[in-house]
Amino acid sequence: MSETYIKVDHLSKLYRLGVADAMHDSLGGAISAAIKAPFKNFRKLQSLSDFKDKDDESVLWALRDVSFEVREGEVLGVVGKNGAGKSTLLKLLSRISLPSSGSIEISGRVVSLLEVGTGFHKELSGRENIYMNGTILGMTRKEIDRKFDEIVDFSGVERFIDTPVKRYSSGMQVRLAFSVAAHLEPEIMIIDEVLAVGDADFQKRCLGKMKDVSQQGRTVLFVSHNMQAVQSLCTRCIMMENGRLVMDGGTDEVINFYLSKQMTGGSMRVFDTPAEAPGNDRVKLQRAIVYKQGSEASEGQIMYVNNALVFEFAFWSFEPSVHLNLSIVLNTVKGEVIFNVVTDDKPIGQGLHVAKFLVPADLLNDNVYSIDLYFIKNLKETICLIENAVSFEVHDAPREKAWYGKWIGAVRPKFETTFEKESD
Amino acid sequence: MITKINPRKGWHFFTAEDLRELLQYKDLLYMLVGREVSVLYKQTVLGFAWAIFRPVVQMVIFTVIFGKLVNMQSMIGTDVPYAVFSFTALVPWTYFAVALNSSTGSLIGNQQFITKVYFPRIIIPITPILSKLLDFVIAFVVLVVMLFAYGIVPNYQIVFLPLLVLLMMMTALGMSLWLSALAIQYRDVSQFMQFFAQLLMYAAPVIWPITLVPEGYRFVYGFYPMAGVIEGFRASLIGQSAMPWDMIGAGFITATILMITGILYFRSRENIFADVV
Repeated sequence: MSETYIKVDHLSKLYRLGVADAMHDSLGGAISAAIKAPFKNFRKLQSLSDFKDKDDESVLWALRDVSFEVREGEVLGVVGKNGAGKSTLLKLLSRISLPSSGSIEISGRVVSLLEVGTGFHKELSGRENIYMNGTILGMTRKEIDRKFDEIVDFSGVERFIDTPVKRYSSGMQVRLAFSVAAHLEPEIMIIDEVLAVGDADFQKRCLGKMKDVSQQGRTVLFVSHNMQAVQSLCTRCIMMENGRLVMDGGTDEVINFYLSKQMTGGSMRVFDTPAEAPGNDRVKLQRAIVYKQGSEASEGQIMYVNNALVFEFAFWSFEPSVHLNLSIVLNTVKGEVIFNVVTDDKPIGQGLHVAKFLVPADLLNDNVYSIDLYFIKNLKETICLIENAVSFEVHDAPREKAWYGKWIGAVRPKFETTFEKESD
Repeated sequence: MITKINPRKGWHFFTAEDLRELLQYKDLLYMLVGREVSVLYKQTVLGFAWAIFRPVVQMVIFTVIFGKLVNMQSMIGTDVPYAVFSFTALVPWTYFAVALNSSTGSLIGNQQFITKVYFPRIIIPITPILSKLLDFVIAFVVLVVMLFAYGIVPNYQIVFLPLLVLLMMMTALGMSLWLSALAIQYRDVSQFMQFFAQLLMYAAPVIWPITLVPEGYRFVYGFYPMAGVIEGFRASLIGQSAMPWDMIGAGFITATILMITGILYFRSRENIFADVV
């Protein structure tokens, strides 16, 4: 067998964005627009596949000049934010869509899983769907005949194999679909986010199966937002940003870079002069910083769930004498309030003051947070509110036990538990 | 096996490699056709009776309106009952109309495949062309029963029937390749199809006899392939007229042109299907 590889060379892909239509505020304008509409619509629909004017504002470079190679036996992770071009790249690699320029050369049989269960039809039985799904992924009926028992076995739905899939639970559908895909035996596998589905036990089996695949010297391209899974599977990673390939290197190196880029840009805010600082004529924020306890406050720190954190706020007070305390509200990026903590109140004079909140390890779950800061006078009057004074992200720590799904819960405390035999 | 993926522009037919790939995916075609057939009448009360229902109801309507009220019977010029006359045409016509309609919409209906997995796209519009043959066969059996009931015995010309079926399929496929590829980018096609199919039916000698077309114009008229198909069906099953070879020949010319240009157009557009749905 010849060597398998993927060679991507200066690949670019253009898409046409929808452009909003102008509104008409007069009847005449509306009528003339209605008459012109067919011509305009035609040009618009035609432009979906026609890119003569590449500098047009409605043209999006989903991929721009991307080059890389994957060698035999390598498991390449592709990371990047939503809209970075990962899915477009996979679409081009799996021949669903063709590039606008550049080229791809693939040696070996490719199977791409951009979706679990493509071709599943709810009216058909599990058995029929295995054949349907298998042939659409490029298997012949003979190949499926040969592996049928193995597929059914792996999926764990033997009892329902002749029941229409519409009577399956969604978990069962996913299990069946993944086991078809897992038995394809391609030389090159392209996988997009398949781990986002299924229960913990099944995820573990899928990961195991994918590890097997890579250990058999087959080449895998894996896209995921799940850094744990990427870390445990991939030998090398590339990172995409705005359609460009911005980094290509070892998995840990790329993931750390990616996570630090993910930072909301605000875990450390420092203002040199009161003039530019947020606040009002009574108090102004001098700095707001979140950092790991026991470390220097610095930009781009990566914080994990098992790190103790410090929230530090310094402010200028302009009133000669005031009874003041600080109150912080910790919000998740979705706007749920996690907690509200207040400092003691005390009389302070003019000058720079600092307050610190020490947050223990194993309290915050992995999430993106922002802090609203209240300055309260005499325990009752809010004299200043600074919304989103600082924001930061807490990352999931590498876990030993093989479950990579999202850990649910607003908080993620660890406390003493007991578990022992009571009686026979 | 080395796959090269490059930007593609201009017209494309099938290279040897494309054909080999198509052959590799023949099981997929088989599965898709099987799926359409087995899913179509699931959870319906009448089941396969639906395949008979549509042409029979149309025949009854036409027989009442054109056979009795308008008295088209006298124009036929033979003693063939109008019901038989129209049903012989409605069996191939219903296939053509249904296959054309579902094949035209097939790419839009299967966009979840097109955007998620690669396979030779041409399989999608071919699927209904094949799967609707089952309905055709069922309706055809009803037609045979009907001929028996009226005591009509076909003559030797019945051996040419497969040729007519081929012409009918080629016409449906050729048109569908054009229309399905257009429809995925311009949804106007689906709207257009609603009256276009009716237009095509009245243009074909379904409800009226070919004798309304002057002898000298028949060959030209034959370039509309369904005219030759329908007259051919009548000739081979009712057996009171000669096979209209001039019309069938002209029909094959049109169908071949439709197929070749249809493939060229489809192939030149298929690379952007996933981008424009």
